[in-house]
Amino acid sequence: MAKEVRAVVIAGNGTNCEREVAYACRLAGADVADIVHVAELLAGRACLDDYHFLNLAGGFLDGDDLGSAKAGANRLLHAPIVGSNEKLIDQVNRFIAAGKLVMGVCNGFQLMVKMGLLPALDGDHGAQSATLTVNDSGRFEDRWTYLKLDPESPCIYTRGLAGGIYLPVRHGEGKFVVARETTLDAIEARHLIPLKYCTADYAEPTLDYPLNPNGSVHAIAGVCDQSGRLFGLMPHPEAYLHRTHHPRWTRDEALPEAGMGLWLYQNAINFIRAELL
Amino acid sequence: MLACTTKGSIGEEMIWRVVVGLRDGVRDPRGDRVCREIAQHLNVTLQEVRTLDVYTIDAELDTAAIAAAAAGPLSDPVIQEYAINRPLATDFDILIEVGYRPGVTDNVGRTAREAIEYLTNRPFAHGEGVYTSTQYLLKGSLDKAAAERVAADFLANGLIQRWTILTPNEFITQGGVAASVPKVVTEGHPQVRVLDLAVSNEQLLQISRAGMLALNLQEMKTLQAYVVDPAVREVRARCGLDALTDVELEVLAQTWSEHCKHKIFSARIDYEDEQGQRQTIDSLFKSFIVKATRDIRAAQGDDDICLSVFKDNAGVIRFNDDWSLVFKVETHNSPSALDPYGGALTGIVGVNRDPFGTGMGARLIFNTDVFCFASPFYAQPLPPRLLHPRRIFEGVVEGVEHGGNKSGIPTINGSIVFDDRFAGKPLVYCGTAALMPALLNGRPGHEKKALVGDRIVMVGGRIGKDGIHGATFSSEELHAGSPVTAVQIGDPITQRRMFDFLLIARDRGLYNAITDNGAGGLSSSVGEMCEDTGGCELHLDRAPLKYPGLQPWEILISEAQERMTLAVPTENLARFIQLAREMNVEASDLGCFTDSGFFHAFYHGETVAYLDMAFLHNGVPQLIIPAKWTPPTLSEPQLDCPADFSEVLRRLLGRLNICSKEAVVRRYDHEVQAGTVVKPLTGVANDGPSDAAVFRPLLDSFEGAVVAHGICPRYSDIDTYHMMACAIDEGLRNYVAVGGHIDHVAGLDNFCWCDPVKSDKTPDGEYKAAQLVRANQALYDYCLAYSVPLISGKDSMKNDYQIGTSKISIPPTVLFSVIGKIDDVRTACTMDAKRVDDLVYLLGSTADELGGSEYYALCGELGSNVPQVDAATALARYRTLNIAQREGLVASCHDLSDGGLAVALAETASAGGFGMTVNLAQVPFGGEPRNDRILFSESQSRLLVTVHPAHRDRFEQLFAGQVWALIGTVVSGGKLRVEGLAGEGVIEAGIDDLKEAWQAPLREL
Repeated sequence: MAKEVRAVVIAGNGTNCEREVAYACRLAGADVADIVHVAELLAGRACLDDYHFLNLAGGFLDGDDLGSAKAGANRLLHAPIVGSNEKLIDQVNRFIAAGKLVMGVCNGFQLMVKMGLLPALDGDHGAQSATLTVNDSGRFEDRWTYLKLDPESPCIYTRGLAGGIYLPVRHGEGKFVVARETTLDAIEARHLIPLKYCTADYAEPTLDYPLNPNGSVHAIAGVCDQSGRLFGLMPHPEAYLHRTHHPRWTRDEALPEAGMGLWLYQNAINFIRAELL
Repeated sequence: MLACTTKGSIGEEMIWRVVVGLRDGVRDPRGDRVCREIAQHLNVTLQEVRTLDVYTIDAELDTAAIAAAAAGPLSDPVIQEYAINRPLATDFDILIEVGYRPGVTDNVGRTAREAIEYLTNRPFAHGEGVYTSTQYLLKGSLDKAAAERVAADFLANGLIQRWTILTPNEFITQGGVAASVPKVVTEGHPQVRVLDLAVSNEQLLQISRAGMLALNLQEMKTLQAYVVDPAVREVRARCGLDALTDVELEVLAQTWSEHCKHKIFSARIDYEDEQGQRQTIDSLFKSFIVKATRDIRAAQGDDDICLSVFKDNAGVIRFNDDWSLVFKVETHNSPSALDPYGGALTGIVGVNRDPFGTGMGARLIFNTDVFCFASPFYAQPLPPRLLHPRRIFEGVVEGVEHGGNKSGIPTINGSIVFDDRFAGKPLVYCGTAALMPALLNGRPGHEKKALVGDRIVMVGGRIGKDGIHGATFSSEELHAGSPVTAVQIGDPITQRRMFDFLLIARDRGLYNAITDNGAGGLSSSVGEMCEDTGGCELHLDRAPLKYPGLQPWEILISEAQERMTLAVPTENLARFIQLAREMNVEASDLGCFTDSGFFHAFYHGETVAYLDMAFLHNGVPQLIIPAKWTPPTLSEPQLDCPADFSEVLRRLLGRLNICSKEAVVRRYDHEVQAGTVVKPLTGVANDGPSDAAVFRPLLDSFEGAVVAHGICPRYSDIDTYHMMACAIDEGLRNYVAVGGHIDHVAGLDNFCWCDPVKSDKTPDGEYKAAQLVRANQALYDYCLAYSVPLISGKDSMKNDYQIGTSKISIPPTVLFSVIGKIDDVRTACTMDAKRVDDLVYLLGSTADELGGSEYYALCGELGSNVPQVDAATALARYRTLNIAQREGLVASCHDLSDGGLAVALAETASAGGFGMTVNLAQVPFGGEPRNDRILFSESQSRLLVTVHPAHRDRFEQLFAGQVWALIGTVVSGGKLRVEGLAGEGVIEAGIDDLKEAWQAPLREL
């Protein structure tokens, strides 16, 4: 592989945000940011091995018909690749084993959790231990949320960021819940919750609607695995790349050009450049 | 086959039932919501509602496969449990299971089937399938009769769904809910019938009625004459045809339908005005709409922005050198009245296909939606068959939500208009814009042409009985007739896959032309495309079907969704179909385009239709409609100035047409694609009402598209001429308020009328037709005055409800949508006040124009002084405003519409989080001023602008010579203070208090 940072966004069957995610990767410094339809992967014409940064974009995989990302997870787990003995999941596992980066946003986060990729305590990337379910409101909602960062998190994407970030959520199934309390204790203790819904001053995590838009336990908005390389979040970082994305950009002339969501992609690309090339 | 002795087997077939429910202790928000809504809708208070998902799997699968499916894709191990072929429900007083009727689109069932296929690596055999249903476990005191009401009036829609109700005892006795498979079983074999038209007039009409063809006597007689024409007979004999076949009759009925041919807009209208002057109008469409655009384009010369108007599925205008903007707005009223969710969902995914099927195809960038409903709090008894407005509201909002959100298209602009006459027919307008390459493989992207020899390829979903005669179905027959055909449910994911595939096929140059399968199905799509070549050969037996047993005519006119028709050159066919297969999209070769001059359809090699193209497309006789304008006798009410203006303002802000629609707006994803620069909600707390939306379709460019609309049906009660003028002005006013370039904008007109053709059913047809004429006259006059070309539009002309003696006609309503450009989105404006000490300007003059106003409506009056538009001064104002915006002089800009100045002040202040002091004596007023007139008049073309004091001189210099006034200042302290003409305090109210009044009414919906 040449010395270039190569990002891929998987598209198809209901992904919606692939264009802006690829754009975010390019803006953050990726040399390549390909949007690859899953049909290309399953036909064997594209391969995850050729990339460093796998993006699972927001959308409604298969309409979220069986529950958010359920049918999508089933496809990634079981779909065979034409002309080889491999399944797509074999490529995903190889990608993770190689220490490469995977980020899932919204439906991509739901997909990772339901495939067992997150929180994947103790490196077990096969068993689902948490889920994202219907918002307490019972409704889809589009609203901006304040997110408190955990500076002690091993998360590559939020490394070095202080205070909080402001991003929109746009989902009907964003409530993070776990099967066992011990899972929650473990992800808290190990700082695997880099982002929590919080008050507007970024001071305190909150369970109060609408600051916490879905009723997520422990105000969880995003989760990483212990390596910090696998990361998923309900809010959309690719929706705040430029100041004109901010809902109040016309009110604040001091707002910086670059949006806060871009920071997460920059961290990912910088990490790859430093560690994986 | 595995032996299955439980109730899971029906006859010899293997039926599995997998029931999935939440584990103990897991909250059920869907159940909670249903419980809450049952209380709101039906006034039935329940203790609790819980829900279970049921998958009925009709496939030869073994226990292990079903267990793996249940544990895998069909359930979530963290929060759910499941049962296979045994009941799961416990602890309820009433169980209601709701499933689909045979043939109704079951999206979840389709996804479950695909998931099981991936899991087992075994494709389902023909006839196998998965069907879904939902169990509602109700706790509370209700008997079976009450449960029946809950099912029929809230949980289910009898047109598309069926239900089972069980008490706990029945549930135990029967061992749970019996499995049932809603598979379509059709009787009889496909056959083609011929029709003898050599019959009496009464029998001709009977043929039309019985076949639900909606052809009138004149049209039936035209067909009668056609088939006996010796020249026609000779030609038909060569194909073995004599009398018309049912296939031919159906094609003609579709092609000649009001929906496809717009017979009212094409009619000859004999119009008489109030002075008794008579005029013959040969087609409203040609005389006013097409003519307006032609005259404007001619005047604009090199500045003409139009690229494709009226001839395609959507209009196309220039965006920049590389890209073009495509826009179309449709209505889906009747289906939404019958099944609000399915109707609206199909409305949005249906209009998506219009821009996509324009030119060589375009990528969809945003949706708009405008609804007209009766009050959700409507408390009068409803006539039979009408759904309660609240149910329509909920269903339509949810349908558009699913259609837009799942398709990844942001819904960025819309509104909801309330008038209780919309109980008779809700209006559901759905719009979609798209971005198209200006040049595609070296040719203009907005042009297309099928060539002789090209293959006719249908792509996307399969054909069923969906939507056959949907438009002409009467209410009685909806209940008695076959329910599978009544309404359709859109499938956003199948459509999304098809679009993903087609964009790649487009860029690879694999096809020559594309169009949508909408109304009329293949008969319309192929019928229109083959006008390019002058004929076609279409093999109906080659079309993929959802289930067997469709008649050839049904295949031809089915409105099954998610389908496009393409012209694919023979040499590209294999590549096209291979790409489709890889992307999980079905593509079928149905024949070819010819230059035979005939629409030629076959079924298993036999000719079933052979129609002269000229007759098919131009044979419909012109309708003749009488129209006579008699102005209604109206007068102005004698009202005193209110004693408490602050209270009146709060009540105005809480009126349904003015209050916040935030709860609805938030249910739509308005930010996907990362292009929404001015969002529907704005201001310090992200909750102020934006006038219009600004969207950046190219992520690496600051050029933006701007979309807005105007709609004011209340003014129709006084004069539709001014209603139309006000709608145009409102659309443009909203557009310029956010920074839209007034000289780079196009309009789309969507007429929704009550039947304007005089008949026994419509004795006031002449008046309604005259209203239509007047609206069209204004459309021409004002589009020309503003130089806004019309690029597309649609009409829906039968929005009446009539059963027995009960008749409700909607107010004549036109949605005027506008789309245009802003050169740099960073100069866009929002409506919220920005800073303390900013100056408050009112642009435009105010007059005693409260006729049809929200204030008069609040007082129970209509009045007569309808607002009139002075386009010349307005255009100068809008152009100057554009300059001020580009120079960065405008801190905020908000249009004045419903509720007038008072409401605009309250909205600007409260969205900004600042107070305001305003002096009414400064307001330029034409006529005799009064505080109430100044505050509540709805005079058009006015804008409320705040400006930083540093920009005062330049701003005032730009507007020199125009009508404007400095009327106040933005202040700290959160109070809106308005001083009256005599210097007295007329309004003093906290902005939080005003915001609460504005947000409260629809907060919970």
